[in-house]
Amino acid sequence: MIVEPRLVEVRKNVLKQNDVLARALRERFREAGVLAISLVSSPGAGKTAFLERTLTLLHTRYKVAALVGDLATENDAARLARSQAPVKQIITGTVCHLEAAMVQNVLDGWNLRDLDFLFIENVGNLVCPSSYDLGEDLRFVLLSVTEGEDKPLKYPTIFNSADVAIITKSDLAAAVEFDEVLTRRNIQAVRPGMQVLKLSAKTGAGMPDFLEFLERLHPRSHRAAAVAK
Amino acid sequence: MHELSIAMSIVDLACEEAEMRGAPGVDVVYLKLGPLSGVVKEALLFSYEIACQQTPLEGSKLLIEEVPIVVNCPVCRERRSVQSIQSLCCAICGTPTPEILEGRELMVTAMELRP
Repeated sequence: MIVEPRLVEVRKNVLKQNDVLARALRERFREAGVLAISLVSSPGAGKTAFLERTLTLLHTRYKVAALVGDLATENDAARLARSQAPVKQIITGTVCHLEAAMVQNVLDGWNLRDLDFLFIENVGNLVCPSSYDLGEDLRFVLLSVTEGEDKPLKYPTIFNSADVAIITKSDLAAAVEFDEVLTRRNIQAVRPGMQVLKLSAKTGAGMPDFLEFLERLHPRSHRAAAVAK
Repeated sequence: MHELSIAMSIVDLACEEAEMRGAPGVDVVYLKLGPLSGVVKEALLFSYEIACQQTPLEGSKLLIEEVPIVVNCPVCRERRSVQSIQSLCCAICGTPTPEILEGRELMVTAMELRP
């Protein structure tokens, strides 16, 4: 009889299963030519308003769609559907974050080749979503001016896991005496070099710059621009 | 709080590894945990006990090794630690360092199997 040693080496990532699914999703997005962007923020930072505005503005020129995660209700999907873009709600029940498997399940029946941009709105939570790769190409972290300039320092992990920071509700900045310089400094402290954009989904301020930024990211829009020239 | 679902993933992984090696159970699971993993040690230890109930891991211990953030400093051109998680700057020369080499670990490194 072979006696195995009592101490065995394993070296496996705990979230291996999620990571494998996320990698497969990323490959699917790449093959289909769709740019997948996830949104994370605290509850109430304005993810849905921002996404509604973005979908409405992009819808005329690109094929866009959104997945939206919440613990309960389909309210956000109903709001986003007003943009005319296809939207699916992911109800997580008691789970405080999205996982790659949830994204994969809800994509059934969608032809990704028909899309240019896919937005994935995570559950409002600045802690748990940081651990889970969803296969997105880019992760945007939203921070509203009403939240306090030290949010990045309080939640460094999620800010570090994101690629772009978006300061939302800029129309309220003066009323809450928002210190933009300090906020930007804090973002750079936890994620050096991160691109930061500022906008208001309500007034539309900053949206044109944001859309231009998005279009630059999309490989197909590069081609479209080259053809137009 | 997602530590319970993380703990359940650890238990699943350890059960699978133990079964593969024909062990009836597990005494200790060794875990490497980085500060950028998004997982809190205390919450994970608390959740682990619950996750182990009625599994071959019941009564086992989770030993967590907390590992620091390591970056590649573009100025020193060396592996360096950082000032803090709130300040990802080279601990030696103070340069902001976006290139993270270590610190996201959430990895089962070893197990002690029950004979």
